[in-house]
Amino acid sequence: MALTFQPLSGNALADMAQQNRIDTARMFKAAGNGHFGSCYSCADIVTVLYFATLRIDPTNPDWPDRDRFLLSKGHAAPTLYSALIRRGFIPEDWIAEYETHVGARLMTHPSRRYQAGVDASLGSLGHGLSIGVGMALAARLDHKDYMTYVLMGDGEINEGSVWEAAMAAAKYGLGNLVGIIDNNGLCVDGRTDDVMPMGSLVDKWLSFGWEVSRVDGHDLNALLQVLAPRRLMGHDRPHMVIADTVKGKGVSFMEDVRSWHSDSISNTQYAMAMAELGALQ
Amino acid sequence: MTRLRTSAMIASLAADGQKVTTAPFGHTLARLAETRSDIVGMTADLGKYTDLHIFAESHPDRFYQMGMAEQLLMASAAGMAREGFTPFVTTYAVFAARRAYDFIYMAIAEDRLNVKIACALPGLTTGYGPSHQGTDDLAIFRAIPGLVVIDPCDAVDVEQATEAAANHVGPVYMRLLRGHVPRVLDDFAGRFEIGKARLLRDGADVLFISTGILTMRVLEAATALSGDRIDAGVLHMPTVKPLDLAAITAALQRPGRLIIVAENHTTPGGFGEAVLAQAALHGGAAPMRQIALPDAFLDAGALPTLHDRYGISTKTIVERVKAWL
Repeated sequence: MALTFQPLSGNALADMAQQNRIDTARMFKAAGNGHFGSCYSCADIVTVLYFATLRIDPTNPDWPDRDRFLLSKGHAAPTLYSALIRRGFIPEDWIAEYETHVGARLMTHPSRRYQAGVDASLGSLGHGLSIGVGMALAARLDHKDYMTYVLMGDGEINEGSVWEAAMAAAKYGLGNLVGIIDNNGLCVDGRTDDVMPMGSLVDKWLSFGWEVSRVDGHDLNALLQVLAPRRLMGHDRPHMVIADTVKGKGVSFMEDVRSWHSDSISNTQYAMAMAELGALQ
Repeated sequence: MTRLRTSAMIASLAADGQKVTTAPFGHTLARLAETRSDIVGMTADLGKYTDLHIFAESHPDRFYQMGMAEQLLMASAAGMAREGFTPFVTTYAVFAARRAYDFIYMAIAEDRLNVKIACALPGLTTGYGPSHQGTDDLAIFRAIPGLVVIDPCDAVDVEQATEAAANHVGPVYMRLLRGHVPRVLDDFAGRFEIGKARLLRDGADVLFISTGILTMRVLEAATALSGDRIDAGVLHMPTVKPLDLAAITAALQRPGRLIIVAENHTTPGGFGEAVLAQAALHGGAAPMRQIALPDAFLDAGALPTLHDRYGISTKTIVERVKAWL
């Protein structure tokens, strides 16, 4: 059993988050383009989940007692793929084939059909939290203590289905459900607040009956604390973690630049990005 | 002209004195759940009007009221199915097909999850107008790869299709007949099987190929036509997808009779087009006609009047067949 896995912390965790960004860049280089900004804003969150928080076992990807993770912002799939590779769910050499040919096992959005360790095929925004509600209900009916984590984008929560799920999670007192909003402030057409002003996210989720935490989404220690599973603590309210992040975090020329939501990368830019991320060329 | 009460708009399909079963879906599901601990029931505030309240009363620990939120309904059912449960979810056909389509397509069907979607008010089974008349659901759901699409004829079909859906591995969409549902198929040999057509009666002059409640209507029409020495058969196809292509091809081999496809659905993309496409691809030479609802937003009103107006009542079917012969 890989449960002997020692959770990472400190510098090792920070290094893994950088590795995640490096792996992502390699995938996008192979494909010629990709959602750099969307991946880099949540790389720290996903790294904390996969290397410290989630109870998972790479030798048994469908282990019934594993914690579930749904990447509802499915366009950040390479971030998830890197975590799955570095935890040993899928082989590293898949990176080179990302999106490169028909039948490639790593594609733009995560798919249960191809990748071990993926809990649902996602990519159409607004699905994850509702699916997570179903998984959390199932856990209760099965008398299991696994947690379900759902990572969403801050633009994604414009979708009405997210708020349908918000109501249901509170109604059923799903303390085994944790939502995370990657609050990077940008979506495809502009600033999230201009595209659709949402007001106070904290107030909104509180008023929907959730427990709410707000955290710096790039502070690994803060993420470790706020994402820690509460399976034994008898919580009866779902938990929303609003993680304030920077789109493109980690590569200076991508940070908070809207066009890097999804873009192609030149050889020069790629070399600069890899240097900033500390990759050995 | 008889003045119809409002209740006729919500509409039992049963004729006066016709044998009926009350809530065949709800009772069947509650019975199946006695031995199937994986079955759960979920609805979007339409438990009462989809007969799921029967299940909710008998298995309250496995019933989930998701509120008026069909997207949540479908995706949370996907989540439960992912964890090994077999959710039966209910709403009206219009809300499943038009409002929650992406959630059915992506969250349920792409991963071939065991969600069974049972939807009331299919086709023209309410006089409430286009907001509630699910006249386009077959076209919409036929487009989803791997989704089984069922249009039952009567209470017997509903009971047997519910059990078949529970036993089938994969997603199912079933048009639901609820309330006091006519029983017709007791009098015929055989039973419902996913993907199988049933020849209910043979005929030398006419063969109806029909699905859903139109099978009930064309059986009545066939009886009426026999009084005029017209020998009409009925091939019932309660599974719209996967279609029993072999049965269609075989039916077309027999020369000298008029083939009439019949469905409780508008013409674009429905059952009739599926059958006609098969006929065209396999070189059927038989003359063919179609009975279906028009490609239009239908009127509101009393159901029997609407069935006459849009050509799916027994009387209008008989008249049209005679005109065609």
